[in-house]
Amino acid sequence: MSKPTLDRADVMKKLMAVRGDALAIAGLGSPVWDIASSDHKPENFYLWGGMGCAVSMGLGCAMAQRGRNVWVVTGDGEALMGVGSFATVAAQHPSNLAVIVLDNEHYGETGMQQAATSHGTDIAAMAKGAGIPNTMTVTDEAGVDALAAALQSGPLPMVAVVKVAATKPNLVLPSRDGVYLKNRFRQAVLGATEAMHQS
Amino acid sequence: MADAWTVEAHRLLKKHGIKTVGYVPDAGLTDLINACDADNDIKAVVMTTEEEGIGLSSGAWLGGEKAAVLMQSSGVGNTVNAIASIVSSCQFPLFMIVTMRGQYGESNPWQIPMGQATAPVLRSLGVRVYEVDTVEDALGAIENGLKMAFVSNAAVAVLIGQKLIGAKSFIADVAEEVSHV
Repeated sequence: MSKPTLDRADVMKKLMAVRGDALAIAGLGSPVWDIASSDHKPENFYLWGGMGCAVSMGLGCAMAQRGRNVWVVTGDGEALMGVGSFATVAAQHPSNLAVIVLDNEHYGETGMQQAATSHGTDIAAMAKGAGIPNTMTVTDEAGVDALAAALQSGPLPMVAVVKVAATKPNLVLPSRDGVYLKNRFRQAVLGATEAMHQS
Repeated sequence: MADAWTVEAHRLLKKHGIKTVGYVPDAGLTDLINACDADNDIKAVVMTTEEEGIGLSSGAWLGGEKAAVLMQSSGVGNTVNAIASIVSSCQFPLFMIVTMRGQYGESNPWQIPMGQATAPVLRSLGVRVYEVDTVEDALGAIENGLKMAFVSNAAVAVLIGQKLIGAKSFIADVAEEVSHV
């Protein structure tokens, strides 16, 4: 197995260029800095904890917001911890949910320990096996372009695993205040009145 | 015929605008799950682990909808970090109905430790715990728990006791005939 070479910042830049009005959930760790540095806005929900919950949170959001796409951007370790969520997504088959796994084959926030993905674990195959028909693994620039196109044309749900180099990301930190992040997101999506006084 | 408490519980979920119900099945939840599944206004979501219910519920709230989570007491153990890290940190509303095992008349000893730990574990996480043993208490707790969760951004768990749902004979549930070796 060759080492991944894609630069995560370059990948995020290309993908966020086609984001449109999609809502974004960032799994804890580097994907939070990745989204904050590439496209910081209120329609991003940054998970500073709750490892393994990014996909289920994206599913809940996608089911509530059928008219908008929801992108979950997370890492390989985070995705593996909640890997059963792929089956839960497959059973619901939300036509507006995309999961993008930035797979650097390591636990980047804790000292770059090797993850199972370093030893051959294939998250796209796991998603496919869970029943999600549209999966892809991206290893080069052409693949990133194809993913950007697929994010716009579908079909969703989709799980895309992007193999990225195990480099240190640029640390662009959003707020760590969960209540603020929640209310900011809801206000952007629902409007101020509905966000604060849900019927 | 459906259990009396579940007919009313389903009505209360609808009355309070619950649109998504995430569940990992339990025998004590069968009628409620079936009622939600048959209801076109509610999306019943079968989950692979109870932890997903915390993500699902929080994500639904981000998108402007209310969700409830149903599980057996043993599943509470799978929700701990998600409740602490996501629900508490962000003050997400959370409403759970938990059917008890290992609490009163249990026939499977492996259920007893987690059954005994369920309420203290939830309380240690800051969840408001209502332990109920009658239909009347269950419905009061569900009604008021739903209000507190979604109006006051509280985390609420209604624990339905085995005095109410019964400590079903595990043997009678799984087989017509049983032999012991």
